[in-house]
Amino acid sequence: MSQAAQEPQIDYVELDRIIEEDFDNNKENLIMILQNVQKRYNYLPDPALVHVSQKMEVPLSEIYGVGTFYKTFSMKPRGRNIISVCLGTACHVRGSYNVGEYIQEILKIKEGETTEDGRFTLEAVRCIGCCSHGPVIKVNDDIYSGISPEKVRDILELYD
Amino acid sequence: MRIRSIEDLEKLSREYSRKLCCPEGIKINIGMAMCGISAGAKASFEKAREAFPSGKGIQICQSGCLGFCKEEPLVEIVKSGKPRIVYKQITEDKIVDLIQGYVQGDLHKEWILGQMRDPRSLLEDPIENPLDQVEPLEGVPFLEDLPFYSKQTKIVLRNCGYIDPEQIEEYFARGGYFAFLRSLNEMKPAEIIQAVKDSGLRGRGGGGFPAGVKWETCAREDPERFIICNADEGNPGTYMDRSVLEGDPHSVLEGMLIAGFAINSSQGFIYVRHEYPLAISRLVTAIRQAEEYGLIGENIAGSGFDFHIKISTGAGAFVCGESTALMASLEGKVGRPRAKYIHTVEKGFHMKPSNLNNVETYANVPVILLKGAEWYAGIGTKYSKGTKVFSLVGKIENTGSIEVPMGISLRDVVFNLGGGIPGGKAFKAVQTGGPSGGCIPEMFLDLPVDYQELTKVGSIMGAGGMIVMDEDNCMVDMAKHFIEFLKEESCGQCNPCREGIKRMLDILTGICEGHGKEGDVELLEELGAMMQKFSLCGLGTSAPNPVLTTILYFRDEYEAHIKEKRCPAGVCKALSH
Repeated sequence: MSQAAQEPQIDYVELDRIIEEDFDNNKENLIMILQNVQKRYNYLPDPALVHVSQKMEVPLSEIYGVGTFYKTFSMKPRGRNIISVCLGTACHVRGSYNVGEYIQEILKIKEGETTEDGRFTLEAVRCIGCCSHGPVIKVNDDIYSGISPEKVRDILELYD
Repeated sequence: MRIRSIEDLEKLSREYSRKLCCPEGIKINIGMAMCGISAGAKASFEKAREAFPSGKGIQICQSGCLGFCKEEPLVEIVKSGKPRIVYKQITEDKIVDLIQGYVQGDLHKEWILGQMRDPRSLLEDPIENPLDQVEPLEGVPFLEDLPFYSKQTKIVLRNCGYIDPEQIEEYFARGGYFAFLRSLNEMKPAEIIQAVKDSGLRGRGGGGFPAGVKWETCAREDPERFIICNADEGNPGTYMDRSVLEGDPHSVLEGMLIAGFAINSSQGFIYVRHEYPLAISRLVTAIRQAEEYGLIGENIAGSGFDFHIKISTGAGAFVCGESTALMASLEGKVGRPRAKYIHTVEKGFHMKPSNLNNVETYANVPVILLKGAEWYAGIGTKYSKGTKVFSLVGKIENTGSIEVPMGISLRDVVFNLGGGIPGGKAFKAVQTGGPSGGCIPEMFLDLPVDYQELTKVGSIMGAGGMIVMDEDNCMVDMAKHFIEFLKEESCGQCNPCREGIKRMLDILTGICEGHGKEGDVELLEELGAMMQKFSLCGLGTSAPNPVLTTILYFRDEYEAHIKEKRCPAGVCKALSH
């Protein structure tokens, strides 16, 4: 399926409200505006970016630059559940690479990819800040600490 | 109500100080910072609230983190006239039992971490220790005597774990905002700057630049100036700033207000990492509460001083911890650093003078003003005054957030506070300074924690990560880990960093996969020297540090990988036989 076929319907009224009321249509707030777009659509759809560019009078190339520079933005659709594996140093020292590799193995996707059924997207994050309890993974907003490959399956079962 | 004078603040402080130390009924404080929550504190909190609804003599409250993260969730029980007990690992299956037991006289001694000797704040006007007249529990250690705590001096972390970070009144109770109001009423801006200079406070974000000198330089220029707080905390393995933002956000706001008054700025920004949603929400609450009391806004306490604080979030870019990249990001742009021959104190945010300091730096300021610069300068070493917060993590028994006086030895931190290496394993190295720092081997464990001393052995103080490694960690793999991280985080605009990191990673990956060859180590050293000299910003110039220190101190591991195709620690899978 092409990306164009998957693109969501953008609520431009809501987007305008976010830009004007929440963020004063101030260019300084571009990153936070894009974060709101991603929160709403789970990624940064092209039509939304075009609209932001026109509304805020910021060149689309600059918006594209911001969207691709910062790691937390995704320019392509993501799954229903986002798994973030912390690859920070404290987690690495405790073997987080084993957890990351295990997840790739059981879900058959690499970092940055989404499962066929759209259930999970796997991302890496450096770092979440729960360094005392590593290895750590996050699924959506839930943080799981002291993770080993054995615990991963049970955790993933909790998410549709 | 709005606070219009120090007398208004004193009245509030006295009222809430009494409530904090002598609450009505039984008060249960559950440590609810992100680390505690990840260990199960939120589940415990919700279960407790459900089992003990309010109005029945038991208050279920939240606090920040007391620092001993290994033992989380931490729960403190406070009852007037009784010892204050801190319990460890109180997950949701234990919390109801614990509280019910306490009410019925069963203290569950097997779950106790320690009892407090003195819960008073560093900054409160002298009040009697409420525990002086209380008979301590027999056979239960004092928290302050536990090896993890006994050598700590809590200045920055003075309130973390002792107050609800979402109740500004509890911050007042422990001496909060007195330094700011006294500065407004009793000091001239130049005097405040002088006090910060005299204290010897150096930037705690990693640069170590004297804070007072930075403020003084910023105060000289253009009338429109900005106060910026770097709360990006991008170094992996560090969470000192998170502890403060989640446990005591007002300490940072107060520091920024004082700085704003000192350099005559009316606008502050806090640039917070996107990965810290709880810290962001606590800051939002704190700013709103301070505004309600008139401590942030227009004509604060009738002084004519205006100051506003805005929160801006990052979006996942380590390089945005660098000052010029941070300011670009604050402007809504891509976070590319620029060359620093134009200082940001002269031309920073929107090319205006901008004072950028770290969370920890600002949190020190109210204490310096209330206790005095001389008091502060009496702690630490000749070139490193005061204390430093570290996140002590990795292969260490007692993981957590600690604050120690500068000058304490690394050995004391690792083996005394830290409790040594778990599982009887041998210590191998302690890494300070994150991806800009170095791996320090056993022979330097007696070095004091000091800006100068750590630099002499090839590392840096950095922001405060202290990551311990043992015999099961491969130092070549660790070097590869840091370079892999930096390859993702490099902004890419200068050749030395972009190409240098890429080539270093190729070489290190080759070594770890069994393709290392003679000359690889020398090439890494050559690339490193080039990057240190010619990269545009600190990310590039310090990127070689972990690689070069591991080559310097663990060359034998590199040689085993290259010549014998063997990974001594058994980590590199391609070389594990």
